[in-house]
Amino acid sequence: MNFTLKIWRQKDAKSKGGFQQYKVTDISSDTSFLEMLDILNNSLVHEGKEPVAFDHDCREGICGMCSLHINGHAHGPEQGVTTCQIYMRQFPDNSTITVEPWRSTAFPVIKDLVVNRGAYDQILQAGGYVSVRTNSVPDGNAIPIPKADADESMDAAACVGCGACAATCKNGSAMLFVAARVSSLAKLPQGRVEGIRRAKAMVAKMDELGFGNCTNTGACAAECPKKISIAHIARLNREFLSAKLKD
Amino acid sequence: MALKLDSKIPAGPLADKWSNHKAAIKVVSPANKRKLDIIVVGTGLGGASAAASLGELGYNVKVFCIQDSPRRAHSIAAQGGINAAKNYQNDNDSVYRLFYDTIKGGDYRSREANVYRLAEVSNLIIDQCVAQGVPFAREYGGLLANRSFGGAQVSRTFYARGQTGQQLLLGAYAALNKEIHNGTVKSYPRHEMLDLVIEQGEARGIIARNLVTGEIERFGAHAVVLATGGYGNVFFLSTNAMASNGSAAFQCYRKGAGFANPCFTQIHPTCIPVHGTQQSKLTLMSESLRNDGRIWVPKNIEDVKALRAGTKKPSDIAEEDRDYYLERRYPAFGNLVPRDVASRAAKERCDAGFGVNETGLAVFLDFKTAIARLGKEVIKQRYGNLFDMYKEITDTDPYEQPMQIFPAVHYTMGGIWVDYNLMTTIPGLYAIGEANFSDHGANRLGASALMQGLADGYFVLPYTIGDYLSHKIQAPKVKTDTVAFDEAEKAVRAKIEKLLSINGNQSVDDIHKRLGHIMWENVGMARTKESLTTAIKLIAELRKEFWKDVKVVGTADSFNVELEKAIRLADFLELGELMARDALNREESCGGHFRTEHQTEDGEADRDDENFVYAAVWEYKGMDNEPELNKEALNFEFVHPAKRNYKD
Ligand SMILES: Cc1cc2nc3c(=O)[nH]c(=O)nc-3n(C[C@H](O)[C@H](O)[C@H](O)COP(=O)(O)OP(=O)(O)OC[C@H]3O[C@@H](n4cnc5c(N)ncnc54)[C@H](O)[C@@H]3O)c2cc1C
Ligand code: FES
Repeated sequence: MNFTLKIWRQKDAKSKGGFQQYKVTDISSDTSFLEMLDILNNSLVHEGKEPVAFDHDCREGICGMCSLHINGHAHGPEQGVTTCQIYMRQFPDNSTITVEPWRSTAFPVIKDLVVNRGAYDQILQAGGYVSVRTNSVPDGNAIPIPKADADESMDAAACVGCGACAATCKNGSAMLFVAARVSSLAKLPQGRVEGIRRAKAMVAKMDELGFGNCTNTGACAAECPKKISIAHIARLNREFLSAKLKD
Repeated sequence: MALKLDSKIPAGPLADKWSNHKAAIKVVSPANKRKLDIIVVGTGLGGASAAASLGELGYNVKVFCIQDSPRRAHSIAAQGGINAAKNYQNDNDSVYRLFYDTIKGGDYRSREANVYRLAEVSNLIIDQCVAQGVPFAREYGGLLANRSFGGAQVSRTFYARGQTGQQLLLGAYAALNKEIHNGTVKSYPRHEMLDLVIEQGEARGIIARNLVTGEIERFGAHAVVLATGGYGNVFFLSTNAMASNGSAAFQCYRKGAGFANPCFTQIHPTCIPVHGTQQSKLTLMSESLRNDGRIWVPKNIEDVKALRAGTKKPSDIAEEDRDYYLERRYPAFGNLVPRDVASRAAKERCDAGFGVNETGLAVFLDFKTAIARLGKEVIKQRYGNLFDMYKEITDTDPYEQPMQIFPAVHYTMGGIWVDYNLMTTIPGLYAIGEANFSDHGANRLGASALMQGLADGYFVLPYTIGDYLSHKIQAPKVKTDTVAFDEAEKAVRAKIEKLLSINGNQSVDDIHKRLGHIMWENVGMARTKESLTTAIKLIAELRKEFWKDVKVVGTADSFNVELEKAIRLADFLELGELMARDALNREESCGGHFRTEHQTEDGEADRDDENFVYAAVWEYKGMDNEPELNKEALNFEFVHPAKRNYKD
């Protein structure tokens, strides 16, 4: 298969970026999207040109490192997958593919397609944990948890922190990311103890870091590679409301 | 100068060693802890749990990782589960049984005392993770669920769907975040350690490259903890994440740390077969699938031909024409034999011509029987995300047709030598998690790497490091403007300049692929004296070629992925040779190390307990010089090394 690629190139955070066009030819349909970029990069290196910088690591949809905006969608048009899980057979032969970095003021570009998502770490540092010390805990089976609750907690905990939600949201809100963590812990008795404090601290941090407000458009959940449900945002809002009422 | 290998195994009965040791080692007072700095390199299960626990204790911790967030360390990708001796299933599991299975699974090439301690603290890990809010799978009664893994006849594996590593790492990362919030830990993501700094024979800090700006930075500390994971990527294609590497460990080896059993590599039996020459990595299909999946190839070569020609589908082949070769050869363990055994058995069938795809390098993993017995819904509940993943990659639906699988490089049991305290041969330098060699011998059982990483980080190192640091309470803050730091930084800069100046004709990946090919062909699943000698020669040649002909574009003082890869490959090109030398020295077959010359009549590994009951610990002597072999004898006081038998 052959493709024309329109790729965002940007030297560093301070420089102004722009699109550049490349051609890749003879790509097997079973090649993954990132392997296709590897092929492009290898030929750029041979020409003595700088390869396209992009983030990736596990290449199996779990680390959340890959983060490309492809043909106008975070992680490409297909639903429920990360960029590293896209295969070239999903694109028409001889088509043009546009590749951009996440576009969000909270995620500044570092180089080409690589952005700084440190803000997500900071939100979790503000309160996305259960305050237990190593070794001062009860037996694992001392707290029975209904299977349905554990399953729901796991659904929310599947978030890989890739940033697609904030990058997709027209307001640049990180609400789905925050809600997934709050919700995953709120579903478990261990997490409930600090539930209110956690929700407040994380939302405050999100606001402080310049993420926008959530207006419930649902665009985030539609682009989420892990299909995290927007219902978690409703749960976060409830937690947050009860936090406010107790203030 | 030979290495001093004092394993510091405490005396006394096996079950009391750890308690006695803890009682005997020194502790550091809270006021003094505040004055002590610790560097932790790596944020996988080992590094994150250690950094968080050390921070809680009051030490000043700096933690480093290559990825843009600690949460993305390679541990995130572990799928299947984590072992513990809880005996929640009432199937007669115990600390002793977990210890025994692990020692036996490792083919009697690990230390009894370390393995026993691992089994002993395994239960605490589960409690810890539950308290952190890790959403482990539960039964309808609300209690924790278990599944079985290879090499065990009990059900002791705890799991969170097919994302156990992710959930455990998010737990450890949350603990780390708590300590970052509390101000005891400072995190340095996108920072790569490029050298260890030693003064007066002790670890004093590291030189790291800021991967965003390219700046070379110095960090001093009273102790350095290496938690940098395994080196499976020496093979280019493996199940490891792309940035996984052996460089930090190799830098420490160059500076005098012993490297133990480098040839012990685990080839995992259930991975998606290679599909072409452009592939960048291999995808694991979790071992948990062997709970319900049955592995087979056709009995008749005609059926193999028909499959390859596409004139028959696997489902067209009748039950009596299928060879469930693991069930046939190993009736007692069946599809749940340890990984090394399962991988070799697949190779044996494929070598005999029964491989089921065009390349002849694949066998079936079939869920037909399980779906008939349990229904599709149950199978979906158990393995849904793995089935989806398989379908995404291969475009075939495993609910309808069996999966095709083949062995791939997965894990490295070898690593930096450590004593019972997890300290390397360099005082003040510790190694934990996959980066050390300590607990898995010649083969690791499934679901025990996560256990080891968290055991080391939560429950062992926080105690043992105090014993060393108690001698440092009078020591001032480590200065980084010293000669040792100057020299280390200078060497790092010179290496980077050299790499950028070669401007040859081959890209880093071109050369890495060639190294991978040499390794897989000669230092892979079956090794011979001849193949290993060839490998040593070819790797040395390739290394020379690399230093003459590699092309690294970009600059030193910017975000430069090619440069990062080149630095890592330079180390792989020495590490690969070391692995081959170690494999050549070990004239026996044990666990994942199979020397074709040493096999029994029925093709099983032929271990040599007369001559090889030792850890081979290598000492660096320069890039083009042969390293020196040191031996740590393994004393079996409590179990008798028996021939591994998974047949009855
Ligand atoms: C696909 C897959 C599935 C697996 N499934 C299981 C399973 O089900 N059960 C099980 O028990 N085990 C499993 N394993 C094995 C297990 O995941 C690993 O052995 C374990 O997670 C290793 O943890 P670690 O903390 O030692 O290192 P890692 O998680 O590999 O972390 C290494 C860390 O070191 C950092 N680092 C490396 N070099 C440098 C440097 N030079 N400078 C700075 N930082 C550096 C990295 O950034 C990273 O943070 C699996 C492995 C794979 C590949
Ligand atoms: S590279 Fe890890 S999720 Fe894509």
